[in-house]
Amino acid sequence: MSLLIYNGKIIDPAQNINYTGWLLIKNGKIDSIGKGTPEESLKADEKIDAKSAFVSPGFIDIHVHLREPGQEGKETIETGCKAAVAGGFTSVACMPNTSPTIDHASIVKFINLEVDRVNLANVFPIGAVTIDRKGVEMTNVGALVEAGVVAISDDGSPVHDAMVMRTVLDYSRMFDIPVINHCEDLQLVNDGTMNEGFFSTKLGLRGIPSVCEDVMIARDIILAEYTGGRIHIAHLSTAGGVRMIREAKARGVRITCEVTPHHLTLTDEALCEFDTNFKMNPPLRSEKDRQALIEGIVDGTIDAIATDHAPHGSTGKDVEFAYAANGVIGLETALPVVYTKLVKKNIIPLERMIEVLTAGPANVIGLKNKGSLVPGADADIVIWDAENQYTIDVNKFYSKAKNCPFDGWDVFGKPLHTIVSGETKYPGLLD
Amino acid sequence: MSWDKKDLLGLEYLSAEEIITILNTARSFSEISTRPIKKVPALRGKTVVNLFYEPSTRTSASFELAEKRLSADIVNMNIATSSVKKGETLLDTVKNLCAYKIDVIVMRHSASGSTLYLARNIESSVVNAGDGQHEHPTQALLDIYTLREHLGELKDKKIVIVGDILHSRVARSNIWGLQKLGAKVTVVGPPTLIPRQIEEMGVDVSYNLIDALKDADAVNMLRIQREREKFSLFPSSKEYSKLFGLNSDKLKMLSPNLIVMHPGPINRGVELASNVADGPNSVILEQVTNGLAVRMAVLFLVTGGTSLHPEQLSS
Repeated sequence: MSLLIYNGKIIDPAQNINYTGWLLIKNGKIDSIGKGTPEESLKADEKIDAKSAFVSPGFIDIHVHLREPGQEGKETIETGCKAAVAGGFTSVACMPNTSPTIDHASIVKFINLEVDRVNLANVFPIGAVTIDRKGVEMTNVGALVEAGVVAISDDGSPVHDAMVMRTVLDYSRMFDIPVINHCEDLQLVNDGTMNEGFFSTKLGLRGIPSVCEDVMIARDIILAEYTGGRIHIAHLSTAGGVRMIREAKARGVRITCEVTPHHLTLTDEALCEFDTNFKMNPPLRSEKDRQALIEGIVDGTIDAIATDHAPHGSTGKDVEFAYAANGVIGLETALPVVYTKLVKKNIIPLERMIEVLTAGPANVIGLKNKGSLVPGADADIVIWDAENQYTIDVNKFYSKAKNCPFDGWDVFGKPLHTIVSGETKYPGLLD
Repeated sequence: MSWDKKDLLGLEYLSAEEIITILNTARSFSEISTRPIKKVPALRGKTVVNLFYEPSTRTSASFELAEKRLSADIVNMNIATSSVKKGETLLDTVKNLCAYKIDVIVMRHSASGSTLYLARNIESSVVNAGDGQHEHPTQALLDIYTLREHLGELKDKKIVIVGDILHSRVARSNIWGLQKLGAKVTVVGPPTLIPRQIEEMGVDVSYNLIDALKDADAVNMLRIQREREKFSLFPSSKEYSKLFGLNSDKLKMLSPNLIVMHPGPINRGVELASNVADGPNSVILEQVTNGLAVRMAVLFLVTGGTSLHPEQLSS
């Protein structure tokens, strides 16, 4: 089985490729790649004319919530994977805050079976650091890794106890997987519901100070440096965090980090209508923080854009702001939002956007054959259009959820074909 | 006369003209409460629901009297927040009420922004009787009404608000309203009770009561509550009183014309000494009286009253 994609603007930052050319796929792998028009002699079972659209490695989202098992009313592996491929994502890593928690190899095996049945995107489970994500007793990390987890994290529950963090950073070294921490000192959070600053003062909402994140990032840097373990900071949101991680990387600390599209494009000013679709954790921060995050993308401090795709139903969101659930969905809006607001406005280079959606995240979770179109790599590819404007409409999402802060935005950047292991998954048989 | 809003959600959302419209309307209504028969038909046939999710005696009594003196039909609902979180949602409760074709919901709720949330989901008018730490517009309107009775136009007048600014919806509404009318506002309290970046709202900040009050025209002493936080933000009521309480010794150092206000209920001996609360500088009971007229004006305006006909004001 072979597939030829031609007449595409190929961008593969891992190989420094940015040219109009072609791509030959054989048996689910990249066979060859070339500039210009393919030779007449090049035969393929199937051909796709990319019509001058962009062709890049399939996007990789290392922070999604698929809600299965346990909260299938919000999302399932199937609907989440549909949303992924519709958004150009060929691989996602799913967080362990399921019910039951992904703290046992059997849960990983269940997810893998369902992912195989659904047969859309690659899904890499993230195991819990501690049993039931309670921050007390370490999971059987070795068994989880053997079952297929690519990282461990207690997700929304920060690993609060420094001794627990020190231990898992040390223990996980023998598996060479990152420990992902949601950095937040809960005493400093003090029941806050939005970023602390001018807008929390004005709106009378309890503030979450940016330093609650900085304090724990500082601790984790110190512990990672001491143990030699790999720490990954989830959804970085503060200028202080960017600065400390930049300094830590320069010293050789094994640290990586991610940022969400919403923290790159929105600030706490968006809360002025008390709209719960702008409520998430970490909260939207100040413009100063947003600018620092953009700088962190541009200068390489930030490794990945991750959506923190967090589906919620109306029961979680159609309530008073203080009582609303945290989280927004992001799989179907990451590309257009980042492309329109940052790349098209010449704030982030196009190649860098692709890198933090592909090779960057692949490197964080150690995916060897993904994130690049180099011959031999898995043929995970997205062909996407940047010319035609359209309006984001939550009612057209494949995700079960509609808790999206970008509804109604006029954007550019739309996936046309999403290919996983050489097979077209979007558009295709989604409906 | 300028009023075209269905709701009163906060003073942030009003223009100076709209604030003046409410205050002028209130002045017309204030006379009603001095009559032997304290009732006019301005809201006859209108239904008002007082939906209180937080305990309130003063504000709810003031609204209820305002509604009764305007001849509205009223329903009082007091709902403990804890049962709400477990049971019916706010929106379900209110949509059930709206099914009775009510005209106005007066709501007090512990969640900031809850009145905005409500107003964009229902057609009835919403009057904010205090939402979390966000706004308490009728309290600020009655404060401003009282200040104007004593000081005239508020342009360039210095008004000082003292106490727990962090948790105070009264402070926020006062800041918006006073500034829109041209007054200069200073907030005073320990740094732990002054919310971050409040200077960007255009106010001055001071941690010294006497310094701040030396050239002030009026002071609004907020009620202090130590039990608001898991970790108390100031060490004791005694220390608070020493640093930020107003007593007759401190008053002697200040202008004899200083107007002293308090939104109530007073912690006597903590933020305000009894002889100050009951003394010649205090306008606290005037505030209460004016609150009634202000709430009558608000209810009249949000239900579509645009001008006052003599028959609406006749008993």
